Amino acid sequence: MSIVVQSPIRKAGRVRAFLGRAFLRPSFVIGFAILALSIALALFPGMFAPYDPLAFDLSAIQQGPSLAHPFGTDNFGRDVLSRVIWAYRVDMQMAFFATIFALLIGMTIGAFVGYYGGIADTIFGRCVDAIITFPFLVLVIAIVAVLGPGLVNMYVAITAVNWVYYARLTRAEIMAQKANDYAAAGRVLGYSDRRIIFRHLLPNAISPIIVYWMTDMALAILLGSSLGYLGLGAQPPAAEWGVLIAEGRNFLLTAWWMSLMPGIAIVLTGLGFSLVGDALADLLRPKGR
Amino acid sequence: MNQLEKETVLDVRHLRTEFGLPERPLVAVDDVSFQVRAGEILGLVGESGSGKSITLRSILGIVRPRGRVGGEILWKGRDLVPLDEGALRRVRGREIAMIFQEPMSSLNPLLTVGLQISENLAAHTDLDGKARKARAIELLDMVGIPAARNRLGDYPHEFSGGMRQRVMIAIALASNPKLLLADEPTTALDVTIQDQILRLIQALSRDLGMAVILVTHDMGVVAETCDRVAVMYGGRLCETGPTADVIGDARHPYSLGLLRSIPRDVAPRTPLYSIPGAPPSLNALPAGCAFTARCPVAGPECRDVRPSLEAIGRLRQVACHHREEALVHFSAREAAQ
Amino acid sequence: MPSLSYLLARLLQIIPTFLLVMIFIFLLVRLLPGDPAIAMAEAKATDAQLEQIRHNLGLDQPLPIQFLVFVKNTLTGDLGRSIMLKAPVTEIILARLPTTVFLALYSVLLAISLAGPLAFLAASRVNGPVDVAIRSVFQVGLSMPVFYIGLVLLTVLAAQLRWFPVGGYGTGFLDNLHHLILPALSVALYTSAIILRNLRASLIEVLDADYVQFARAKGLSRRIVMTRHVLRNALVSTVTLLGLSIGNLMSGTLVTETVFAVPGVGRLMLEAIFARDYPLIQGLTLTFAVLVSVVFLLTDIVQSWLDPRLRQS
Repeated sequence: MSIVVQSPIRKAGRVRAFLGRAFLRPSFVIGFAILALSIALALFPGMFAPYDPLAFDLSAIQQGPSLAHPFGTDNFGRDVLSRVIWAYRVDMQMAFFATIFALLIGMTIGAFVGYYGGIADTIFGRCVDAIITFPFLVLVIAIVAVLGPGLVNMYVAITAVNWVYYARLTRAEIMAQKANDYAAAGRVLGYSDRRIIFRHLLPNAISPIIVYWMTDMALAILLGSSLGYLGLGAQPPAAEWGVLIAEGRNFLLTAWWMSLMPGIAIVLTGLGFSLVGDALADLLRPKGR
Repeated sequence: MNQLEKETVLDVRHLRTEFGLPERPLVAVDDVSFQVRAGEILGLVGESGSGKSITLRSILGIVRPRGRVGGEILWKGRDLVPLDEGALRRVRGREIAMIFQEPMSSLNPLLTVGLQISENLAAHTDLDGKARKARAIELLDMVGIPAARNRLGDYPHEFSGGMRQRVMIAIALASNPKLLLADEPTTALDVTIQDQILRLIQALSRDLGMAVILVTHDMGVVAETCDRVAVMYGGRLCETGPTADVIGDARHPYSLGLLRSIPRDVAPRTPLYSIPGAPPSLNALPAGCAFTARCPVAGPECRDVRPSLEAIGRLRQVACHHREEALVHFSAREAAQ
Repeated sequence: MPSLSYLLARLLQIIPTFLLVMIFIFLLVRLLPGDPAIAMAEAKATDAQLEQIRHNLGLDQPLPIQFLVFVKNTLTGDLGRSIMLKAPVTEIILARLPTTVFLALYSVLLAISLAGPLAFLAASRVNGPVDVAIRSVFQVGLSMPVFYIGLVLLTVLAAQLRWFPVGGYGTGFLDNLHHLILPALSVALYTSAIILRNLRASLIEVLDADYVQFARAKGLSRRIVMTRHVLRNALVSTVTLLGLSIGNLMSGTLVTETVFAVPGVGRLMLEAIFARDYPLIQGLTLTFAVLVSVVFLLTDIVQSWLDPRLRQS
C-alpha cells in the first residue's frame, strides 16, 4: 500500500465555486468591471478613442467639455478624452511591470529565507530594515536620479525597493506553512528542499501574496503617475496620466479639465484594483484563522 | 440554618432572550425559571450552545450581540429587566458580579492588576486611593495570591493561568457582591488548578455568604461544588433539583445521558457512551421538546408539544413526557454494563 | 516607562541597519558612470578644484577606505558642497528642514483628527450604513494620489475661492499655519484613509474583546470603558502603523511641497535631481533616512510605554 502525501492545493472545481462566491459581492463586481474596462481600454485604445491623441487641432484650443470633446481639449487642441484613453496603455503597463518583477524576485528570496532561516534570515532582516528606513518615493527618486528619467529606469527603481515587501510577506507565509504537517511529511519522504518549497509550500502561501499584489498595483499607478507628474517617469509627449496632469498645471483656472480628467482615470483604476484586492482578501481568508 | 429557610435572593421567572429579527427570532434562552438562595451554589449545566452563558449575561444585561431580554429577573425583590443602562451599571459589580472563562483574555493586558481592582472600587465605593490600595491587597490575599502587596503593580501576563483566574475573582469581588455569576471559570485551566479554584469559590461563598451560579458543561464539577443544579438544553430547562438527587437519581433523558457519559467502573475496551447527534442550531428548534431528535425514548407527541417543568417530589422538577420510560431505558443500559 | 537598558538595546539595534543605509548612499553616487569627482564638482571646476575634491573624497584610496572617509565626514557634519546653490550641503538642509518637519507634523495631526473620530463612529456601528459610507469615502481617498488632491485643493480653495494662499511658507507661526494648511491637508487625506482602515479594524476587535465585557460586567461607566479599556488597547496597533506610515508621509510631503511651492527639503530634493547636484542628493537622502529612523525609534518607545508586554526585550 502506498502513502500518498497530499498537500491542500485547490482543485479546478473549487476555483469555479470560488468565482461564484466572488461575484456575489458588490465590491468585487464593481472592481472587476472597472478592471475589465481598464484592460480593454489598454489593449484596444484605438477602438475607444474618438480622436488621434497626437493630432493638433489649432482651431479648437482649450475648449471645455462638450459633445464633440467630452473631456475638452488641451492647449494644442488635442482631445483630452482620447489622450486619457491612450494613457491607459501606459499606466496599466506601469501597474504590471512595476510590480511583477518585485513579486517574482521578492517571492523567491522570501521563500528561501523563510525556509532556511539562519544567517540568511538575519542578513535579510537587516536589509529590509535598511530599505524601509527610506521613504519609498525618496528612494525611487534617488535611484532614478542616478539612472536617469524614463519608464524602464522607473521600473528598475521601483522593483529595487518594492521587492522587500513581497519578500517579507512570503517569508512569513512560508514560515507558517513550514510548521504544517504536510511539510514534515514531505521531508520524511525525502523530497528535495526545492521541491517542497515550490511545489508544496508556495502554492498554499500564495493567496496573501496575490491580494497584496492587487493593492500594490493600485499603489504602482499612484506612484507612477506621481513620477510622471514630477517629470521623472514617463516622458512627454507620451500620454500618461501624471504627465497629462502636469501639462495642465499651468491652466488650472482656464482649462481645468486638462488636469482634472486624467486624475479621475487614476482614481477609478486605483479603486478597481483595491476593490478587487479587498474582496479577494475577504474571500481567500482561511476559515478559522 | 438549612436550605429551605434561607431567603431567595434571585428569582428568575420565564426568562427569554432572543436575537435577530423580531419576526423570526433566534431564541437562545426559552422560558427559563429558577431561584437561588443566599449563600447557595447553583450549577447550570449543558453542552455548548445550550444557552447557559447567555442566561448569565441576560441577568446582568450584557448580552451580545444586541439581544432582547424578556421575563422577570427579581434580584432581592427588584426586577432587573426594565432597568435602564445606568441603573444596571449600579447593580453590576456592586451587587452581582461575573467572572469569565478565559482569564488571559478577560483581563486588560495593558493595565496593572492593582488598577483593575481599584477601578471597581472607585466605581462603587467611596474609598480613597490609599484605602483602595489596602482593600486590593486584602482581596488578593483572600483569593490566595502569595505576597499580595508586591503584586499590585504586576500585569496580567506576569501571572500564571490559575493565578490569573484568582485575580479575576478578586476583581469581581472587590465591592462585596452578594451574587457571583461564574461562566465556566475552570474550563480553560489545568485539571489540578481547576480543583483549587473550585475550592476557592466554595470557600468564598461560605465565608462571604455569597450566592453563586456556576455555569459548566462538566457534571463532575457540579457534583463537587454545587448545592443545586439546573440542566439546560436548547435554551430550555430539562431538570432541576438538589445536586445529590439529580446526580444520584436523574429523570430527564438528557441528564441521564450526560451522567452515563461519565465512565464509571466499566470493563476495559467497553465502548464509551455518548449521546448521539449534536446540539440543535437555534433556528432549527422543534415546537415541542428540544431534545426530541436525540432522545432514545421520544414519543410521537414529543416533537409537537413542549413538556413543562413538573414537580416530582420536593424541590425537584423535570420537563419530560416520558420520564418512566427514560428511567427504565437507562437502568437497563447500566445493568447491561 | 521602558527601562534605560531597553532604550540602549534599541539604539544599538539601529547601528547595523544604519551602516547598510550609509553603504547604500555611498554607492549611489559611485554607481554613476564616469569620474565621481566630476559628478560632485561644479560645471566649470578647475583641475585644481577637482584634485581637491578627489582628495576630500579619498578617491585615490581603495573603496573601503573611501567609505570610512565618507562615514567620518558624515559624522562630523561635512556633507560636501552643493553645486547648484554653492553652499555647504549641511547648511542648506538645516535651513529647510524645519519647514518640512512642520509640514509633516501638521499633516499627522490633521490625519489623526480626521480619522480618529470617524474610525470610532464606524466601529461602533459596524456594517451599518454609517460604517459603509465612511469606508467608501475613505476608499476613494486611498486611490487619489497626493499631487492630485493637492492640485484640486489648490485650484478650488486657493486659486478660485482665494481662501488660502497659493503657495509658499509665510512668516510667523500663524502665517505658516495658514500657508501650510492646504499642503498638509493633501497629505493628511491620504494618510487618514490608511489610519482609518487600521484603527477601525483595531477598534472592532477590541470592542469585541473579553476584557471589555469584563469591564462592563464590573459596572464601570461607559466613559471609563471607552477610554481606559477600548481606546488605549486599540491605540497600540495604530501607533505602530503611524510609525510605519511615516515613510509614506515623507513621500507625500515631497510631492506636496512641489505642488504648493513650499521651501522644504522635499522640493529641494527634486530641484537637486534635475540639476544633477549629487552632493545635495546624497545629503538629502541621508536626511530622510535619519528622519524616518528617529520616528521609528519614537514609535517603538511610545509602543513599549503603552504595552507592558513589549518591555521584555
